[in-house]
Amino acid sequence: MNELPQQLANGLILGAMYGLIAIGYTMVYGIVQLINFAHGEIFMVGGFGALTIYLWMPDGFALGAAIPLMILGGVIVSVAVATAAERFAYRPLRTAPRLAPLITAIGLSIVLQQVVWMWYPDAKKDHPFPQFEGGPIEILGANIQRGDLFVLIAAPLCMFALGLFVTKTRSGRGMQATAQDPDTAKLMGINTDRIIVMAFAIGAAFAAIAAVAYGLKNGQVGFRMGFLMGLKAFTAAVLGGIGNIYGAMLGGVCLGVAEALATGYIGDIPGMDLFGGGAWKDVWAFSLLILVLLFRPQGLLGERVADRA
Amino acid sequence: MRQRSLIAITAALAAGSLTLTACGSRDDSSSGGGDKTTVVIGVDAPLTGDLSALGLGIQNSADLAVKTANKSEYVKGVEFKLEPLDDQAQPSVGQQNAQKFISDKDVLGVVGPLNSSVSQQMQKPFADAGLTQISPANTGTELTQGDGWKTGNSVRQFKTFFRTATTDEVQGAFAAEYLYSKAGIKKVYLIDDQKTYGAGLAASFKANYTKLGGKIVGSDHVNPDDRDFNSVVAKIKKTGAEALYYGGEYPAAAPLSQQLKDSGQNIPLMGGDGIYSGEFPKLNKKADGDLATSVGKPVEQLDSAKEFIKNYEAGGYKDAYEAYGGLTYDATWAIIEAVKIAVEGNDGKVPSDGRKAVLDAMAKVKFDGVTGTISFDEFGDTTNTMMTAYKVENSAWTPEYSASPKLG
Repeated sequence: MNELPQQLANGLILGAMYGLIAIGYTMVYGIVQLINFAHGEIFMVGGFGALTIYLWMPDGFALGAAIPLMILGGVIVSVAVATAAERFAYRPLRTAPRLAPLITAIGLSIVLQQVVWMWYPDAKKDHPFPQFEGGPIEILGANIQRGDLFVLIAAPLCMFALGLFVTKTRSGRGMQATAQDPDTAKLMGINTDRIIVMAFAIGAAFAAIAAVAYGLKNGQVGFRMGFLMGLKAFTAAVLGGIGNIYGAMLGGVCLGVAEALATGYIGDIPGMDLFGGGAWKDVWAFSLLILVLLFRPQGLLGERVADRA
Repeated sequence: MRQRSLIAITAALAAGSLTLTACGSRDDSSSGGGDKTTVVIGVDAPLTGDLSALGLGIQNSADLAVKTANKSEYVKGVEFKLEPLDDQAQPSVGQQNAQKFISDKDVLGVVGPLNSSVSQQMQKPFADAGLTQISPANTGTELTQGDGWKTGNSVRQFKTFFRTATTDEVQGAFAAEYLYSKAGIKKVYLIDDQKTYGAGLAASFKANYTKLGGKIVGSDHVNPDDRDFNSVVAKIKKTGAEALYYGGEYPAAAPLSQQLKDSGQNIPLMGGDGIYSGEFPKLNKKADGDLATSVGKPVEQLDSAKEFIKNYEAGGYKDAYEAYGGLTYDATWAIIEAVKIAVEGNDGKVPSDGRKAVLDAMAKVKFDGVTGTISFDEFGDTTNTMMTAYKVENSAWTPEYSASPKLG
C-alpha cells in the first residue's frame, strides 16, 4: 500500500494545528514585537476550559452538539487568561527593555502550568478528552480520523474569518496601522491599547480552537501539552515569516508535513536508517527552518522587518 | 541597556535559586521528640511533571511505611521521619537532591528515584558518602551490574545502590517469552522513547525475542513528550507486524496504542511496568488487548499486599499508590529493617556512624514484604524475580500469567 497520501494527511492535520497556534505568536509579535512564550500555556488552558464544559454536560449528550459549547468555553478561558496576562504582566513592561517582557512571558508560562497542575482537579495526570465514535473516513487514499476532520474544517474557516476581519473591518485596519507604526497610529486616533488587547484575544481564541482539535485528535489533554506545541507553533510562525498571519498557517503546514515525511521516509534512504524515524523528525524540521532562514531570513511570507527587530 | 537586562536576569536567577534552597532546607533542624533519636529517610521522586502520578504514589507509600513503623515502635528509641524531594524526572535536579540528602546527617537511607536516568546521576554521590539508596522503580540493568552484563561480565557498580524493582534483563526476557510462547506472536515492531528505561527495556526485549526465534520486522524511536504518532503508525502497517513492543511510559504509550488501532491495525501494544498504570486504559479508548509486564505478583492477589492496600486507603492519601506503591513500601521497609539491625547491634542506640551501620546491615535484610520476600543479591538487585503479564480487558488491567523467567 502506498503510504504517501497517509503521511501527507498526517502532516497536514498536525500542521493546521500548529498554524492555528502560530497565529497567536505572529499577531502579538506583529503589533508589540513581543514573543509571547506563554502562548503555549494559553493553548493549554483552552483545552482544560473545553474539557470542563464537557464534564458539566449531562451524560449522553452528543459530542457533536457539545463541541460548539466546548469551543466557547475554551475560548472564554483562553481569552480571559491572555487578556489578563496582557493587562497585568505585559502592559506595565511595555516601555521596559525587550528582555524584560520576554523573561516575564517565560515566567508566566511556568506559573500557568503550575496553577493548572495544582488546582485543576486531578490534573497531575493527563486527562482523557472526549472523542468521536466510529472509524476513519477514507479520502484520496488516506484514512482521516473523525476527530481530525475538526481541525481540517476549523483551520481554513478561521483563516478566512481572520483575513476578512483584518482587511474589511475598522478594528482590523487599525490593527494593521498599529503594526506598521504604533506612534503614528495613536496620533491618528487609534486606541492602540485596545488593538493590542484585541491581538492577544484573537490569538488566544485561535489557540483554544487548536486545543479542542488537539484533544479530539489525541484523546487527552495535560498541563504540559502547551510547552512542546507552543515551541513548534513558534517555529511555524518564524518559518512562515513572523508578523504575517497567512505565513503562520503556511509555516505550520510546512512544518507538519516536514515532520511526517521525515518520520516516514528518511529512515528508508540507504545509509540514513540511523537518522530517520520519530526521534529525528524534530531535527529535520528544524534543519528545514535553518535552511529557509538562510535563504529567506524574513521567513516564507515575511516582510523585511530589519528596522524593527 | 544590555547590561541592565543582564543584571535583571542574574538577579532573577539568584532569587529563584535562593527560594529553591529555602524550600529544601526547611526541615534541617531535627526535632528530637523526647528521648527518641530521629532517623530521616529521604525520598526522591518526580512530584511534579507528567510522571508525578507515579511519583506521588511513591511518596505516599514511603510515608505509609514510616508511619506504620513509628506507630508500632518497630525500632525502639527511633522516630522515623520522611523527607521527600522533587526531582522533576530530571537528572540534574536529582543530583542536587542527592547532595541535599548527603549534607543532612540524620538521613540514613534514601528511597528512589523513579527514573533510571536520574538514578545514574545520584549513585556516585551516594556511594562517595556511603549513604544507602534503594530504588523501587529503576530497572536499568547496568545500574547495578555495569555495561558488561550483556556479555556476562557483571560487575557491581556502587556498593550503596539497591533496588526492589527487578531489572530490564528479567523483564525483557519475561516479555519475550510471554509474547513468543504464550501469545504465539512471531513478528514484532519495536519502538522506544530513548530514555534509559525505555531504550534498555527495548534492547533487552529484542535480544531475548530474537534468541527465541521471533522476528523484529522494524524499529523506531519516538520522543517521550510527543502525543501524535500517526506518521510512525503508518510505517508499521507495511511491515506486517503482529504486535508492537514499546519501551517507555504510559503518557506516550496510550496515544500511540490508540492511534495504532485507529489506523486500522488491530494488533496489541506491549510494554513494561512503565505502561502498567491505571491511567493507560483511561487515556486510551482502544486499550483492550494491550499487554504489559510488571514486577511481582499482582498486588491485589497477595495476602501481604491486602493489608498494604487497606492501610493505604485508611491513610487518606489523595493520590493512588500506582505501579510502584508496593515496591516503595518494601524499599522503605528495607531501610527500616536495616536501621533496626544496626540499632540492635549497638545496644539499642543508633550507632555514631549510622550510615555505615545501615549499609552493612543491608546484606542481612530479609523480610516478607508487600511484593514477596525481600532480600538483595551480590549486585544489590532484588532476589524476587517474579513477574506478571497483564492484559487490558474491559478497560482494566487483568493478570494473565505469572512466572520467574529463566535467564541466560
